[in-house]
Amino acid sequence: MANLKTVSKKSKAQSMGMHTEVLTGRTQQKFFNPDEAENFYYFGTYDVDFNKRTELDVKDMTAPEANKEIDNLMSQGYGTIVIKNPQGKHSLGVGILNKLNLIFEGSLGYFGMGSCDGPIVRINGRVGWSCAENLMAGKVVIEKNAGSCFGAAIRGGDLICKGSVGARTGIDMKGGTIIIGGDAGAFTGFMMQRGRIIILGDVGINLGDSMYDGTIFVGGEIGSYGSDAVDSELTSSDQDWLKRKLKVAEIGENFNVSKMKKIVAGKKLWNYDNLEPTEKKGAI
Amino acid sequence: MCGIAGLIHRGKSSNVGSELQGMLQALKHRGEDSTGYALYGDTDGKNFIMRFKVGENVGEGSSSIMEDVSVYDERKKIVDQTLSEMGAKVVKEERTLPYSLRYEIDYDTKDLLDFSQRIESIPSVEILSMGKSLEVIKDLGNAKMVCDRYSLDKVVGTHAIGHARMATESGVDIKSAHPFWGYPFSDVSVVHNGQLTNYWNNRRVLENKGMRFMSECDSELIAVYIAEKMRHGATLEEGMKESLTGLDGVFTYFVATKDSLGMAKDTMAAKPLVLYESDDLVAMGSEEIAIRSVLPQEIDTYDPFDGEVKVWQI
Repeated sequence: MANLKTVSKKSKAQSMGMHTEVLTGRTQQKFFNPDEAENFYYFGTYDVDFNKRTELDVKDMTAPEANKEIDNLMSQGYGTIVIKNPQGKHSLGVGILNKLNLIFEGSLGYFGMGSCDGPIVRINGRVGWSCAENLMAGKVVIEKNAGSCFGAAIRGGDLICKGSVGARTGIDMKGGTIIIGGDAGAFTGFMMQRGRIIILGDVGINLGDSMYDGTIFVGGEIGSYGSDAVDSELTSSDQDWLKRKLKVAEIGENFNVSKMKKIVAGKKLWNYDNLEPTEKKGAI
Repeated sequence: MCGIAGLIHRGKSSNVGSELQGMLQALKHRGEDSTGYALYGDTDGKNFIMRFKVGENVGEGSSSIMEDVSVYDERKKIVDQTLSEMGAKVVKEERTLPYSLRYEIDYDTKDLLDFSQRIESIPSVEILSMGKSLEVIKDLGNAKMVCDRYSLDKVVGTHAIGHARMATESGVDIKSAHPFWGYPFSDVSVVHNGQLTNYWNNRRVLENKGMRFMSECDSELIAVYIAEKMRHGATLEEGMKESLTGLDGVFTYFVATKDSLGMAKDTMAAKPLVLYESDDLVAMGSEEIAIRSVLPQEIDTYDPFDGEVKVWQI
């Protein structure tokens, strides 16, 4: 069982405020070493040239056909692909484990950009439920609104919605950053375990319900707090980080981050300790 | 799962039969055990239109049985006789399928309760809808199959709601299919996606108040619940807002009346809904692809938030 504890010796990431805790025990925290980048690759990925650009009209394609064609284009070295007429189709752009500039000229349905690792994606429309679920790395920008379960279980990368999102944004997220330019629905950050959520607008009821860890920043009104979600002090390093993120995300660059609320886990509910049920009962 | 779709044209009529067929067919992967349409057609408003069935189309898990056509004929005769006794004159009669009928009735009443009770006292006869504009058509199969079977693609009107059903809580048959008529209110219909967990408690209470249930489908509760609220003077919107706390479970549902269309979403926002709203058209469905079937161009859509209720007029 892994334990969380604060240590005095800080890594570079920790000193920058990116991580506030260290995992110990059987589970160990490991960071990517850029010097070893050449040793990291996925089977079935391709060397692509970002300057090699093409368009793909998926109007008369099914989602599997469109996804296979994206893969085919990457195999030919295309590093910038523009998708025309997605028309709300489900599961477009899933499973891309490549560096790629992907642009959707329109809206996506459910599960768009799910299980991706690495691509830079811009969606000039809206997305349905569970956009970018399980995102590992990369950046996904949505120009309009998003449905519920936005960024469910993401582990890394930046997920940006310039409009408003539905319920359960960032549910079960384990890392990465979600940025919302508008409002967010109920149960935002439900059971989140790590990572950060930034909402510039209002947020619905039960914010951060049963969150284990991670941080939520809210610029507007909060409907209500969920179980074990508590306020925390917004530090100057938080503000610096927020400014940087909003600038890079091209969203709310002039937003007054000093007025934002910071919500974290109260850590009364989580179950990371080694206490047996009877011991726990005694402790309570 | 199940999928729902609805649209309302504001200030004009359109081919709502064909439009709703496209929307529901786009949602067929959410369930095609049965499909139902509630169409608000252009009529002169003089006569009542009664859609009713004298038997069942039976699928898996249904408690109903298949019967001989002669049985349906007998029931139809009793319906005709009962209408005659009540002074209701059948102006036009259509029998699309042996068990499914459409009557245009010249009948002067504002209280459909007594009328409906007398018709439905005939065994196995169920009124699917009653109104001066509303027609509920529902049967087994996907949206296109039902549309073709009942020739709905040419229906012109102002608004419509529909349902593609994956049967989970009750059998595959017409009586459990959506939409449900808001009995005994003229021109009220409901479709629902979700599960209601206090169905039986509410049903017992409402039955004690004299309300009628025709199926064991939890969704029927919404129609009856709102009808009961309206019976006691609540507006449609007030009834829908009360349902957010009165009904327990997860739900997104639509209610339509002669001149309005409303949506409600539970406080957990657990069931999907995508909405497009403009000055002349509101279109909504469980998934965006339903809306895209009528609006293929790039449009702005959004998910209504938890506990949201909206009502639009034609």
